[in-house]
Amino acid sequence: MLRYVLKRLLLMIPTLLGAAALVFLLMRLIPGDVCVLRLATGGGSMDPTVINNCRVELGLDQPYLVQFLAFIKGLATFDLGKSMWTGRPIVNEVGLRFQLSLQVAIMATLTAVLIAIPLGTISAVKQNTWIDYVVRAFSIAGVAMPSFWLGILIILGILITSKAWFGQPWMPPIKYVPLWVDPFYNLSMLIWPALATGYRYSAVATRMTRSAMLEVLREDYVRTARAKGVFRKLIVRRHALRNALLPVVTIIGIEFAFLMGGLVVTEQVFNLNGLGKLFVESISNHDYNMTQALVMMVVAIFAFTNLVVDIVYAWLDPRIRYSR
Amino acid sequence: MKVQCSRLLHLLPAALLLAASTSGEPAQAQQPKKGGILKFVVPDEPPSFDGHRETTFALAHPIAPFYSTLIRIDPEDKTAQNYVCDTCTEMPKPTDGGKSYAFKIRKDVKFHDGKPVTVADVHATFQRIIFPPQGVSSARKEQFGMVESVTISGDDTLVFKLKYPSGAFIPALANPFNFIYAKATLDKDQHWYEKNVMGSGPFIFETHEAGALVKGKRNPNYHHAGKPYLDGFEAIFAKTQTLRVQAIRGDQAAAEFRGLPPKSRDDLVAALGKDITVQESDWNCVLLMTPNHSRKPFDDVRVRRALSLAVDRWGGSKDLSKIAIVKSVGGIVFPNHPLAAKKEELEKLAGYWPDINKSRAEAKKLLKEAGVSDLKFTLTNRAVDQPYTIVGTWLLDQWKQVGVTAEQKMEATGPFYASLNAGNFDVALEFNCQSVVNPLSDTSKFMPTDGAQYGKFQDDELVKLHNAMNRTADEAEQRKLMRAYEKRVLDEQAHNLITLWWYRIIPHRSYMKGWNITPSHYLNQDLSVVWLDK
Repeated sequence: MLRYVLKRLLLMIPTLLGAAALVFLLMRLIPGDVCVLRLATGGGSMDPTVINNCRVELGLDQPYLVQFLAFIKGLATFDLGKSMWTGRPIVNEVGLRFQLSLQVAIMATLTAVLIAIPLGTISAVKQNTWIDYVVRAFSIAGVAMPSFWLGILIILGILITSKAWFGQPWMPPIKYVPLWVDPFYNLSMLIWPALATGYRYSAVATRMTRSAMLEVLREDYVRTARAKGVFRKLIVRRHALRNALLPVVTIIGIEFAFLMGGLVVTEQVFNLNGLGKLFVESISNHDYNMTQALVMMVVAIFAFTNLVVDIVYAWLDPRIRYSR
Repeated sequence: MKVQCSRLLHLLPAALLLAASTSGEPAQAQQPKKGGILKFVVPDEPPSFDGHRETTFALAHPIAPFYSTLIRIDPEDKTAQNYVCDTCTEMPKPTDGGKSYAFKIRKDVKFHDGKPVTVADVHATFQRIIFPPQGVSSARKEQFGMVESVTISGDDTLVFKLKYPSGAFIPALANPFNFIYAKATLDKDQHWYEKNVMGSGPFIFETHEAGALVKGKRNPNYHHAGKPYLDGFEAIFAKTQTLRVQAIRGDQAAAEFRGLPPKSRDDLVAALGKDITVQESDWNCVLLMTPNHSRKPFDDVRVRRALSLAVDRWGGSKDLSKIAIVKSVGGIVFPNHPLAAKKEELEKLAGYWPDINKSRAEAKKLLKEAGVSDLKFTLTNRAVDQPYTIVGTWLLDQWKQVGVTAEQKMEATGPFYASLNAGNFDVALEFNCQSVVNPLSDTSKFMPTDGAQYGKFQDDELVKLHNAMNRTADEAEQRKLMRAYEKRVLDEQAHNLITLWWYRIIPHRSYMKGWNITPSHYLNQDLSVVWLDK
């Protein structure tokens, strides 16, 4: 197992290098640069020499190869450099947002797991009953409804309801306070985006749990267990669900990695200062250093999550071994 | 010796007072209350904290409260056109035929670290702005083109020597981005203020959480006695307009100081009633169409004039002002300013004729003469809803009335400016946005020599007119030259074509008092006179 993990970790190196080359090239294909955006878009006049000075200061006057090698060297030495837009160290900029994105991702994942696994299981066990139909409608609605749209509805709903009940409209806070500083304030801000994204996420996982459970419940060993008189609850919980969870774990892993950097619109709806918002801002600001660093981070998160999912497979199904 | 343009500037307050309006505020003046934290939303985050380098309101709103300036517009004057001292003792009278200004610096101004603000600090500040050292970006260097030197006289007087008398000097000096920095800090590192804040303004910098907010607390040693009234403020960055409106509605923020469209104003008024106050004003920003003179057929003045003649500005003003942040019809000068064209003067310019049918018939005739009756081109526009997309879409319809087919190409800000800089466009919809209303300086945007003139043309006559206008001491002559300059830009040569001037709408929580709307979203943001009536 240890050998397998090491091998997988080593395989991440060419993946990261490929991603690095790709993001480096793609960013430079976008017309315009950070200096023009920073200095010449205020509406007034601008001295062109100021823009040239800025390009020299940021190294944008250097050949692409020199810029690429500097980027790779930075990656190899874990020195991500400074944001071209703010001039602050990227590690600091990302660190601020990482804790928020991680908390939302964990809360949304918990929401999804708590909804999806019971509902998917019940739906499969009660196949073709009204319960199954309700759960399926609920999950299809979740897949069809964009989480940012649900987020807008949630905010509007809170505004209208609070006005009707308390006379003054209230909306969730729009500035982040860490959980350990003020848990109530923190949760009153993050519970809503976690619910909005967790619902969509749960819908996908519910459908996957249901179909996996239906398949497993038709397996011979389940029939055998039933024939031996094992309690139905025990069959479902111990024999069926554990085996049905393999594809569900994959979905949860991928979605979790996605949530770390992909909640672009939802973050804007709730004014979350997360990684997704930073991603979009850095691209629109032509902040090459920041975009490259974020892409590399997301690639690393995906690769690492996949590794964790594979390890969880082995724990769920003892037949799976990664010795070779 | 009087300051040039002074009579015109004296007339301005009354004119602008008419332009600005407030609703929902009690008529009688109230005694300001002390205390409280003002929370407001800011649509963007500044790239750096250096006011000398940046040009965005995203810097002015959260950072201006930390700094003092030499002079400023009077924060308690609704017209925003009276200049008062901030760190000087009194507004000086110019000498040497209007070419010399001596400012005496106050002795009681202190930086937030306790060190006194001296004439050397103010001198170092303006040296950096007007004559930036190698490697330092100064966004307002060109506005001080009339300044020959800045020197220290005695131990407390700063002297500006001008190359020629200019009415544009005092407004340039009152620019709210001219933050006073410490000489000792600049001597050590000219870039220190890009990432750090140390001013002498009404509030002391507390924290900046990147992407989230800027916090400031009251400066107990502020040099204007009794101010500020607030204990502090929180400027919260919120990108989306919907969220900003909801934040005001849900009382997570008291205001957004840039400007919201009419629909948002109406929604907030409907939802909050007396709890919301709306202030409105003409805005010193305008959208302009810039034909690329280096591309055919836009090198032909007949085609450029036809594009302007096709546009019904008077009718558009009525309709667009209901859905977008544009309203006033004007020429190249901020509407209602004494140097601006009056309605009867405007109506003589191509594109402003009162009879739109006659105007469009002329447009068709010109296009036919130029051999492009079925002209097709691309309008390059910024992918920003308010007001770019709306005005761009309106223009397509206007041009269609004279048989011109235009396709709108929406680009994100980066690619948009890349296209403009590279001359890779047919016609672009861009903007001219300024702070202190300063027509002599603001209209330099239309000069062929300006760095932000994307039309790529040469016009020596235009340059001559602009220089003459800036150097004459005679106010009537100045106005006459401005009309000639405007006619050449908009009509005779149709180098740039004005659409509609922006209109600023600020709905804010009624408990926020003391803040006055100005014609610019850059102005009056030091928050020293704002207080909370809670």
